[in-house]
Amino acid sequence: MELPTLNSIVALVFKRVGLGLVTLWVISLLIFVGVEALPGDLAEAVLGQSATPETVDAFRKELKLDMPPHVRYVAWLGAFIQGDFGNSLANKRPVVDLISWRFANSLFLAGVTAMIAVPFAVLLGVLAALYRNTPFDRLISMATLSTISFPEFFVAYILIALLSVQVAIFPSIANINDQMNFWQKLYAIFLPCLTLAMVVTAHMMRQTRAAIINILSSPFIEMANLKGLRRLRVVLLHAFPNALSPVINVIALNLAYLVVGVVIVEVVFVYPGLGQLLVDSVSKRDIPVVQASGLIFAATYVLLNLLADVLSIVSNPRLRNPR
Amino acid sequence: MEEVLKKLVGLFEQGRLSRRAFIKSTAALGVTATLSPALMPLAAHADAPKRGGRLRLGLNGGATSDTMDPGIQLAMMPQTLVYGALANSLVEINAAGEPVPELAESWEASSDAKKWIFKLRQGVEFHDGKTMDADDVIYSLNWHRKEGTKSAAKPLVESIVSMKKTDKYTLAFEMEQGNADFPYTLSDYHLVIGPKDTDLTKGVFTGAYVIKDFEPGVRAFCTRNPNYFKSDRAWFDEVEILGINDVNARTNALKTGQIDVMNRCDLKTVHLFKRMPGIQVMRQDGFKHFTFAMRTDTAPYDNNDVRLALKYAVDREQLVKTILRGYGRVGNDHPISVANRYHAGELPQRQYDPDKAKFHLKKAGLSSPTFKFHAAEAAFKGAVDAGVLYREHAAKAGITIDVVREPNDGYWNNVWMKKPFCAVFWGGRSTEDMMFSTAYAKGVAWNDTFWDHQRFNELLVVARAELDEKKRRGMYAEMQRIVHDEGGVVVPMFSADLAAASDKIGHDKLAANWELDGFRAPERWWFKS
Repeated sequence: MELPTLNSIVALVFKRVGLGLVTLWVISLLIFVGVEALPGDLAEAVLGQSATPETVDAFRKELKLDMPPHVRYVAWLGAFIQGDFGNSLANKRPVVDLISWRFANSLFLAGVTAMIAVPFAVLLGVLAALYRNTPFDRLISMATLSTISFPEFFVAYILIALLSVQVAIFPSIANINDQMNFWQKLYAIFLPCLTLAMVVTAHMMRQTRAAIINILSSPFIEMANLKGLRRLRVVLLHAFPNALSPVINVIALNLAYLVVGVVIVEVVFVYPGLGQLLVDSVSKRDIPVVQASGLIFAATYVLLNLLADVLSIVSNPRLRNPR
Repeated sequence: MEEVLKKLVGLFEQGRLSRRAFIKSTAALGVTATLSPALMPLAAHADAPKRGGRLRLGLNGGATSDTMDPGIQLAMMPQTLVYGALANSLVEINAAGEPVPELAESWEASSDAKKWIFKLRQGVEFHDGKTMDADDVIYSLNWHRKEGTKSAAKPLVESIVSMKKTDKYTLAFEMEQGNADFPYTLSDYHLVIGPKDTDLTKGVFTGAYVIKDFEPGVRAFCTRNPNYFKSDRAWFDEVEILGINDVNARTNALKTGQIDVMNRCDLKTVHLFKRMPGIQVMRQDGFKHFTFAMRTDTAPYDNNDVRLALKYAVDREQLVKTILRGYGRVGNDHPISVANRYHAGELPQRQYDPDKAKFHLKKAGLSSPTFKFHAAEAAFKGAVDAGVLYREHAAKAGITIDVVREPNDGYWNNVWMKKPFCAVFWGGRSTEDMMFSTAYAKGVAWNDTFWDHQRFNELLVVARAELDEKKRRGMYAEMQRIVHDEGGVVVPMFSADLAAASDKIGHDKLAANWELDGFRAPERWWFKS
């Protein structure tokens, strides 16, 4: 078997990164227009009921909100390209300071969850394919599908009720901070991790199962079966590598979701991640923060999708050697 | 000294002196250490405030956009942090709602309440080691008065014409008009004192705790100020404030012992919470109230009979029962609470009366009008439900109310003071004057009913400068009656504040001026042994 032509993959990566940058720029424009289109501005949103025309004016002047939108956008873009993320309009802290540790927290939660959920889901998928249409297959399908069908916060509250109120084993809030060491943090995030793992497992498991079953009906598997190979060997060595490509794509999507889509779990468990920051900033119309976190989210999607594509080419014999 | 001591012991034994007041007075004499074990009955002793521990507060009302800027204190978390732990004002409000000295030692007013002399406490140190004097006070108050300030407290200090330092520890204020409540004004949580020529957003003040770590909306951590000027306060070694906006998360965290105190209990489940061992639920009947505001400059609300019809058309008792689950009091169509000094209890309670509503509507010459009532959860929790109940009540009087559900986002900019009839939240004010001059005086920024009543406006100015308690009471009573009869608001209910804590937390009678003992839980409460 020939190795994939390195050049073609490098070319693909460059092309995709270039496209990704264009995507990010378009997204930054959309975010800006979107936040501008919301009623009210930062001055009014921050002051809320206690806004008086005078204080609102003072706010606007100081934050240069009285300038036309396109001027503000170009100024922001210019600084951003030079690596200056700017300061939060609401409390003047550097956006980098606000985002960096929260993003690290989000990655921590996503990483730990992925390390549990991905192997578990793939294993279940393989087993389900192996024992297709047996009660075992039905049982895991039903179990995982039920956990994905419940809303996240419901699963979260059930877990809290069982594991933290009824039997007090795990903490109900996961407000990790710098005074904790690694193991304390790991312990603190157990419940949110479990919640998220339950939510993402079904998707990945079903895809693994479907992909393998799909492959199992192809002629070369029939050939392998006719040669008298053991079923486990057929599934693991012959079917699974060929089924990897769709599985990798689903895993990538789920990983991206774990980084960017968990704001509800963050709220329920009081986890200081990026999602809550984004929601707060949108409601306060704090554009620099919204932009930066929105772009991080978008970049996560772009990069994970790119990684998934590269990996599925590398892992798939047929994509590797196009005829 | 012995005689004084004997007298104190006597008073204490008769129960005429509270235990804390006793400790305080004897401490002043410098004898507590030798006296107290012999004197205190065992039970009282076990309850005595004790130093130590880390207080963990889980609070609703924090956002990542919060700041420690004293001028922009908009939510519970920074308010409890800055006013409750880090800083002091010149004047403090005690549990009885009276102004007592804090950074000021004493004060006196001229007979027209236009000139005020404040003597400052000496030897108070800021967290950075500097000693506080009159210049710091002037600088801190000017933080809210200077050109281009963003401070929400600007209206409070605007009426100060001049502040002069007469000596290092004495300040002379001159006001535009007489203001008998000036000490109350200076107790405001915005008007805290920080060191001169420094950036007051850094959290350096005179308070009981020193800030170590502040991550807006997430966590604040502070440790006890070893040089704090109050000896009988600041019992905890450390205070940690966590932003927990989800009420279920707060409740669970308290149940499982991850926090010691939570604010804003869930009204739906608080009766279950009360039965839990190890938990104490604390209720404060403060100034917080909800209003249905009508723009009196807009037809048909410019007609007082229409307003009266709408006032008679609401069943307040049922709203308190349903929306507040009983944790509140019925309102009487004026914004003065029972916790205020001059609450007019003699004013008859307005009752739900469909016949009177019909009568006034007919008198107004409107036969079957439709009133659009705008509400959103952002106004107050349950505002839309309150509107729906109101619609049902009013229907019995032949009044059609159309409840318009507005988006939460931007409610205060796009609905409040714009739509002619809408639901409004008011945190209330500790003095009648502040409440009336904030929202009922002619032409002020938050006069959300656009109301202009000549007699009321005259009384407001006269009562403000009146130092005679009895005369003042009479004037404020009359003003409450005027708002009750002719104002543009339906005030259906006053909402109580509910907080809960582990029963290991000890506290005295709670001050009602703000939530959590006037925001002062960190400095006033303690862990029982």
